[in-house]
Amino acid sequence: MSIAIAVGLLTAAAVYLFMQRGMVRIVLGFVLASHAANLMFFAAGNTAYRGVPYIGSGELGEQADPLPQAFVLTAIVIAFSITMFMVTLAITTTTDDDTEDVEVSPALLLAADRGDTNDAGFFGLTTESGDIVVERGEDETGDPWPEKTPGTASSAEPGATAPQATAPTETQEGDAR
Amino acid sequence: MTEILPPLLPLAVGIPLLLAAVGVMLRKKRLARHMISLGTLAALFIFAVLLVIATGDGTVLVHQVGLWDYGVSIPFVVDALSALVLMIMSVLAFASVLFAMATHEARARFFHPFVLVLMAGVSGALMTGDIFNLFVFIEVMLLPSYGLLAMMGAKLGAHGARIYVSVNLLASTLLLVGIALVYATAGTVNLAELHGAGKDDPAVALAGGVVLTAVAIKAAVVPVHGWLTRTYAMTSPAVTALFSGIHTKVAIYVIYRIYSLLFDGDERFLWVALVITSATMLIGVLGAVGEKTTRSILVFHMISQIGYILIGVGLFTLLGLTAAIFYLLHHMIVKASLFLSTGAIEETYGTGEIDKLGGMLKREPLIAVTFMVAALSLAGLPPFSGFVAKFAIIQATLAESHYWVAAVAVVVSIFTLLSMLKIWTGVFMGSEPDDLQERALTYQQRMHGKRYLRVQAQAETPTLTIGPPTATTTAVLAGKQAVKVPFKLIFPAILLAAITLFFGLGAELLMGWSETAAENLLNPLDYVRAVSGA
Repeated sequence: MSIAIAVGLLTAAAVYLFMQRGMVRIVLGFVLASHAANLMFFAAGNTAYRGVPYIGSGELGEQADPLPQAFVLTAIVIAFSITMFMVTLAITTTTDDDTEDVEVSPALLLAADRGDTNDAGFFGLTTESGDIVVERGEDETGDPWPEKTPGTASSAEPGATAPQATAPTETQEGDAR
Repeated sequence: MTEILPPLLPLAVGIPLLLAAVGVMLRKKRLARHMISLGTLAALFIFAVLLVIATGDGTVLVHQVGLWDYGVSIPFVVDALSALVLMIMSVLAFASVLFAMATHEARARFFHPFVLVLMAGVSGALMTGDIFNLFVFIEVMLLPSYGLLAMMGAKLGAHGARIYVSVNLLASTLLLVGIALVYATAGTVNLAELHGAGKDDPAVALAGGVVLTAVAIKAAVVPVHGWLTRTYAMTSPAVTALFSGIHTKVAIYVIYRIYSLLFDGDERFLWVALVITSATMLIGVLGAVGEKTTRSILVFHMISQIGYILIGVGLFTLLGLTAAIFYLLHHMIVKASLFLSTGAIEETYGTGEIDKLGGMLKREPLIAVTFMVAALSLAGLPPFSGFVAKFAIIQATLAESHYWVAAVAVVVSIFTLLSMLKIWTGVFMGSEPDDLQERALTYQQRMHGKRYLRVQAQAETPTLTIGPPTATTTAVLAGKQAVKVPFKLIFPAILLAAITLFFGLGAELLMGWSETAAENLLNPLDYVRAVSGA
């Protein structure tokens, strides 16, 4: 019963968070949703059997079902890696953040803290001008993360300079929430 | 051969994974990465062909990984359907990688490793005989896809990648919940042990319904199709072609497999599938009407075609399943060919918007012919494979007296032809826009940056300085040299278009294989017996 209630609450909270516009909240929603799924696996393994599922440590009938525990372990690893990826997506690109109309995106906050108004780039593939620089990185310096030189960017995207003005003021607003 | 092959099945997962790791380590050896990737995909294709030959008589190959006993082990199972799908998917991946190499996307350090991990997941998802393991392999497939999408999304905005990740993660979580419910109600996750459980026990059927719903989201079936059109058009053409042939199609494969095993082809639920597939066909094709770029039109058509492929689930007769499997295989090839041929134009001229293109028939006759072949095949005209596929599907629905489904199928194929004509008249016919050349050059410079300018400078005007493009350099280049799609960009599309012609003229070959696969689906007891060893 307690598991059923927990699953219900987690799912309700997760669905509420999915509906938010900010990427970080969506990510938190998925964290809750995966907890709900994991608890369902525990429920599937019949929580009435609480014994340690080691061979020889007790009666088979009193031991927990080890299979759902193995499933949960696998699912946790997968969910964790995808959560990390989604968090990365939330902070890497500033110029095309779907969340910036409504509330300040975490990417802008980070950029404002660093005083860096250019995109961090993803997997070292982009520069401030949006070019793919893989061949530059590999051919000339061998460095997949090209050094950013904001001053020399001749064709920086117009959106890239906007965050500087707006981000600091909205930082406090973001904290207040 | 049926004795040598089974122990090798896990290698189809293991070797691509291992070589992906090697590829990541070969940081500065781009050529080696290319060779590893193409070599692995070619090897996977050869392996899949051997599997197709071995399973051609209806044999089911089984390997209990780690030689554990049935019931404890996680089996790898291959029957005609999985072998066929794996074969076509490896061809597709090969063509897409060739295209990505031509567009220089594949130079990114992680491109090839991502593709290899993706293929490892595909092999695993197609071969596994365990529903939880299926979830794991689907995640193995999805993780590199997120990477690929975000890599290319970096230039087009992370917007598409976000929707893609969110929707797929939601579907995966739902799949996990479904599997937990299946385990709770049936007490096992082994597909062979689950045989018929959904038919006998309504609780298991409900749990299986949750699994099927989750997979249907991944397959982009109406009404859960909206994410597809918003993400596939947001990445590069090579990645779109790769995904189009792999992700939704693996999901379709899973739907067939689960309905055959878990539900044992239960006749009570068939009407649900028929209603959903008819809606999918119609809504997909109507959605394409309002689209303005070649790729978004094609993506909407993909949804409509998914409807055709899933008619087989709604019929679950030998004829219906044979036609649907043939359609699935034909569709993967044709769709990728279309994405690649219009993608070649997009990569060269910098836009896929129909309004901004025109006159390509004169400028790029080879692409025009390739596109035409694939487009007519998609619409279902002889002598291409699409004709055989559609004819068989409609014949199967008529045999079961589902006249309204047949009517929808016919109407939708007329709309498909109209849409293909819309691309044809917009992109290939008509007059060339004045700024076509200029826009192409600007795009090339933006994409390839300094390198492109340098090459041009050496070829034409040695005085040209290396640096960001200016108005003068663009003008100089525009006057000197006409932009043209290089042959290496067209070749992958031609390769796939040739395959659709081959399967159209030699349809008997593929139809025979499809029939074997359909018989396997219809008689899942063969599968169960092979896995349980009884």
